Amino acid sequence: MSRTGIIIACILMAAVPYFFASGYQLFQLTLVVTYAVAILGLNLVTGYNGQVSLGHGAFYAVGAYTTAILMDKFDVPYWATLPISAAVCAGFGFLIGLPALRLGGLYLALTTFALAVAVPQLLKYRLFEDYTGGVQGIVILKPDPPFGLPMTGDQWVFLFTLLVGIVCFVLSANLVKGRIGRAMMAIRDQPLAAEAMGIDIAMLKTRTFAVSALMTGIAGSLGAIAVQFVAPDAFGVPLSLTFFVGFVVGGGASIVGPIFGAIFVEFIPNIADEISKAAPGAVYGVLLIALMFLAPGGCASLVRKAAPYMPWNRKTG
Amino acid sequence: MDGVLHQVFSGIASGGIYASIALALVMIFTATHHVNFAQGEMAMFSTYIALTLIEAGVPYWGAFAITIVFAMVVGTIVQKILMEPLMNAPVLASVGVFIGLLFIFNSVAGWIFTYTLKPFPTPFGEGGPLLGGFFSRHELGSTAITVVVLFSVWAFFRFTSLGLAMRAAAFNPVSSRLVGVPVATMLALGWGLASGIGAIAGMMVAPIVFLDPNMMGGVLLYAFAGALLGGITNPLGAVLGGFLVGIIENLGGAYIVGTELKLSLALIIIVAVLTLKPAGLFGKVLASRV
Amino acid sequence: MQPETKLLEVKGLRAGYGETWAVHGIDFEVMAGRVTALLGANGAGKTTTLRAISGMVKTAGTVDFNGKSLVGMKTEAIAAAGIAHVPDGRGTFMELSVEENMKLGAYTRKGDQTAEFDRMFAYFPKLKERFRQQAGLLSGGEQQMLAIARALLLKPKLLLLDEPSFGLAPLIVREIFDIMRQIKDREGVGILVVEQNASLALDISENAYLLETGRIVMSGASSEIAKDEGLRRSYLGY
Repeated sequence: MSRTGIIIACILMAAVPYFFASGYQLFQLTLVVTYAVAILGLNLVTGYNGQVSLGHGAFYAVGAYTTAILMDKFDVPYWATLPISAAVCAGFGFLIGLPALRLGGLYLALTTFALAVAVPQLLKYRLFEDYTGGVQGIVILKPDPPFGLPMTGDQWVFLFTLLVGIVCFVLSANLVKGRIGRAMMAIRDQPLAAEAMGIDIAMLKTRTFAVSALMTGIAGSLGAIAVQFVAPDAFGVPLSLTFFVGFVVGGGASIVGPIFGAIFVEFIPNIADEISKAAPGAVYGVLLIALMFLAPGGCASLVRKAAPYMPWNRKTG
Repeated sequence: MDGVLHQVFSGIASGGIYASIALALVMIFTATHHVNFAQGEMAMFSTYIALTLIEAGVPYWGAFAITIVFAMVVGTIVQKILMEPLMNAPVLASVGVFIGLLFIFNSVAGWIFTYTLKPFPTPFGEGGPLLGGFFSRHELGSTAITVVVLFSVWAFFRFTSLGLAMRAAAFNPVSSRLVGVPVATMLALGWGLASGIGAIAGMMVAPIVFLDPNMMGGVLLYAFAGALLGGITNPLGAVLGGFLVGIIENLGGAYIVGTELKLSLALIIIVAVLTLKPAGLFGKVLASRV
Repeated sequence: MQPETKLLEVKGLRAGYGETWAVHGIDFEVMAGRVTALLGANGAGKTTTLRAISGMVKTAGTVDFNGKSLVGMKTEAIAAAGIAHVPDGRGTFMELSVEENMKLGAYTRKGDQTAEFDRMFAYFPKLKERFRQQAGLLSGGEQQMLAIARALLLKPKLLLLDEPSFGLAPLIVREIFDIMRQIKDREGVGILVVEQNASLALDISENAYLLETGRIVMSGASSEIAKDEGLRRSYLGY
């Protein structure tokens, strides 16, 4: 898609809160953007760099709690929590990335899965209760639109989330298109050759982990602001699994993939619930499997196949 | 001291269940390089079938046998219908299918059998503890069953020509076809066998934790950890790893952090061990010449 | 055993991978009890041709084995019908023992294989010494011997050998080809051998076909081809 096309799409999306969605729908769209950023983070490390993470919910949780604690205990304005949250999550991701250097493949999957299990338990742990609020979690206030802009708080939260989301996507797209992105994929596909070409595998892997955790952490912050509430049980294994499903559905090593993945994980459960109140999980599972059969490479692979037939790419004559 | 021993024996009993599921995971992993995330849910579903049969008046061991056959048939069918067509698809597609299966089994079980905890009978009687009070009757019985199962599986792979063909199909599918081994059938049988082993583990763990659709979540994670701890390419290592995880979990939960953090603690210990010894405790680096 | 019966008859065979063909319509035949050689440079389509016979790649055309068509049959069924294939790279089951490799060779045969195993040990005494060892630890030459033994244990009517000399020291190659000559005389199987080492292959075979980029450019009696100096220089490079 052309650059103008992308800009027009962004403006259209920004206009959504005024004309179409309201209330719950707007909230859902805010979450789609949030999840898309979280899945984008997962895609950087798993899709582009080949390091499987089953525990990105943990980074999301750390981002969300950083924002919530800063707002609740230290009265930091919501927008100012984002850079701090990004820094905290990047540092956390870097630390997790260190053992990951020794643990390839499934071992890394287990390590990150352990993280997904441990983080909610630690958030509940009584020693940290003064900060984390224990099982109860933390309630935070909805931000008001700045400069007296004529819109509701919900509309502003959507716009703010969208803005941050677009920045994350543009930065990631530039990252993977460039030299570093090629090196990331070289490590994934041909580690020996990559090392022979002079790529510092250890450094790049840990840094990728840090960047990935940063993205997902920012998503956590955005999510906390949108939901106005954080609690340990919202950030358990199911959340990590949700991100992973979104990643698989969107397709690996793709920048647009996470958007499709986020739409899937946000809306398909509701659709499944409407189809069968009795066993929505079964409908969700069937839809997921069906999608894997239709598009084994995820939605991104379908987009790639369809692209030559799209009007803006069709050659005349 | 008695308390420690008691925890160790409890650990061996639950470790046996992890060991069974770990073995099931390793079997499928060796053949396909996939970790079947739905292994635990399939076992849980089979356990419900056993309960239904028992409640309908089938004697325990009859229900036990029927359930194993049922689980093997389901495992084989799942492989044939869902996994075989994706054999040449990207790995992530298979992972997506595993997660989808997990949702389906969990949800269908909740729908048919409800989400309430149900007691599951033990065939070993309710009487007092045995062996100096360290083992409950069920712990002793289920450990014995587990050991028998693990030994039979080992003997099957080691001494029968079908077992040999299944191993060959897992290691080298191309050469296996060239000597006449129907590889697709072997993979399906492997899934069936893994599913049957899982069903036994489910029926052994259900009397301890009670039966509900989420029963196997933690068990699968411990089993996965056990498989990796022992070495995922080494079935015997995976089994030992499963037992070890059971002991670590029980001791850690009782003496270090309490039950609320025991899962985290167990996993952190395992990750620490793996960081020091990435191939697992018993994983062998396969020797080969080119 | 009538030496002049056609064991394998291939007509208009095309074979390839995915969207492309690597073999573009070739005809050849293999006689029972004879050795036929497929010669050609790297990438000429020799290996693909063998894989087509075993049903391992996309195949079109006629492949008749004892008058029965093989096209569309599964690889394992083709093996069970009596075609043993030693693939490129020898196809050793590295993780398994020598014994288990040999048992797998006899997978399609029922009953006690002790006598058959002893027959193989007569050809390849090294395999008896190494019977209990992990096959991945054998030397390249030993693995090639194991591969041939594994193939013969199927009791095949047709034996397909893909580059038996590949990666082996000349002395070992000579040893293996000597044994192959014995096998040819005693077992009465038809052998289709693919080789880059043309002089060896012409020496052991009765008939030869020369492949170039997926087409047959020359065929005839091996002794005739070996005599034709011009042909040797331009195609076979020795």
